[in-house]
Amino acid sequence: MVQPLNYLKESASQTAGPYVHIGCTPNFAGITGVYPEDLGSGPMVNENTRGERITIRGFVYDGTMTPLKDALIEIWQADADGFYNSPSETRGKADPNFFGWARCPGDMATGEFVFETIKPGRVPFRDGRLMAPHVSFWIVARGINLGLNTRMYFSDEEEANAEDPILARIEHRVRVPTLIGKREGDTVTFNIHIQGENETIFFDI
Amino acid sequence: MKNTPPETTPFFARDRLWHPPAYTPGYKTSVLRSPQRALISLEGTKTEITGPVFGHNILGEFDNDLIVNYAQPGESAIGERILVHGRVLDERGLGVPGALVEFWQANAGGRYRHKKETYLAPLDPNFGGFGRTITDENGGYYFKTIKPGAYPWPNGVNDWRPAHIHFSVFGHGFAQRLVTQMYFEGDPMIKICPIVNTIPDQEAINGLIAALDMQNTIPHDMRAYKFDIILRGRRSTFFENRKEGN
Repeated sequence: MVQPLNYLKESASQTAGPYVHIGCTPNFAGITGVYPEDLGSGPMVNENTRGERITIRGFVYDGTMTPLKDALIEIWQADADGFYNSPSETRGKADPNFFGWARCPGDMATGEFVFETIKPGRVPFRDGRLMAPHVSFWIVARGINLGLNTRMYFSDEEEANAEDPILARIEHRVRVPTLIGKREGDTVTFNIHIQGENETIFFDI
Repeated sequence: MKNTPPETTPFFARDRLWHPPAYTPGYKTSVLRSPQRALISLEGTKTEITGPVFGHNILGEFDNDLIVNYAQPGESAIGERILVHGRVLDERGLGVPGALVEFWQANAGGRYRHKKETYLAPLDPNFGGFGRTITDENGGYYFKTIKPGAYPWPNGVNDWRPAHIHFSVFGHGFAQRLVTQMYFEGDPMIKICPIVNTIPDQEAINGLIAALDMQNTIPHDMRAYKFDIILRGRRSTFFENRKEGN
């Protein structure tokens, strides 16, 4: 016999289902008058936010290349200087005008998601090397049993991407482009493929 | 908890044999919405161990009372009145204070207030079907609602969802983000639900079934169900890795 570890087990995940909007973005679902606004909706920047304004847009595709029209996408990112607006950020204080988290339901007609944000700064990896600028994505929807985690890097950061410790560990180099948002002007396009030829790299974080 | 310094360690690895796998053909929609390639393991960097904090200022007075938060003044939702309460804990058994908990559900007849919903059960004009709260310093939370009804759904020709409440939970790190569903003790529909049965482990299923809690009923008003939600725990020490071989 040994001492019991007494750890609990994480609650098992269940799909967010087709009506996740009711709970997470009710105004988007047409149920108004309860919450003044949907949490995490709207631009992530105000006039005092530091950093370069960008718009991230894209679709989430299933294994037949059909865009999901019932997905909920959340992002989490550092501010322009690479600090997270979180108590667990101990390296410095993040831009008080940048929350760093947002939530967007895919459009009910087209499936497109849009985030108006800033380009994040570089954040150190655990050993101190700098990671390339990236945005963390979390995707849930009907048919997804456990939320999917991925990252978006930037196509205009080739040099930083080349030395990013996470990108560097991906054995199948042909898959790396699935993590790179394509920047054109102020717009960064990031399409997520849940399954198929171009399946996005998802992480066990 | 206010005097405790924020934690900066990575989370316990997620036990992916405990959670439902991505591909579960009994739940048909998962077939084309399941990644087929191996996930890349990414032990917690700053990106994963940090997360946003939601303040009580986002909460309205009735956000945790679904019986009245959509109802006309003086009216209330139809159905069995219940109190759902419990704690958000982590795998170490510690309460998770300040966790944002969002919930949504069908009405007493099993109908959701959603434009894509087609079930013939009627809408309740006084029931919106959603709410939210933030856990207290011990991780405790509660909300009032009506017990949702079971409903048929297009999967197999005769598949029904057991009565359930959807939950979305934010812990302290983005890697703790969790969506799940709460079921009700004694419901015979649980064991024949294709979505419940995406979970391979019966013990994991049991962990999603709220117990009838007669110690916490509100006398002459509502019965209580107790539902604890467990989020990933944090390691107690931060093992710095040496430079990687790649």
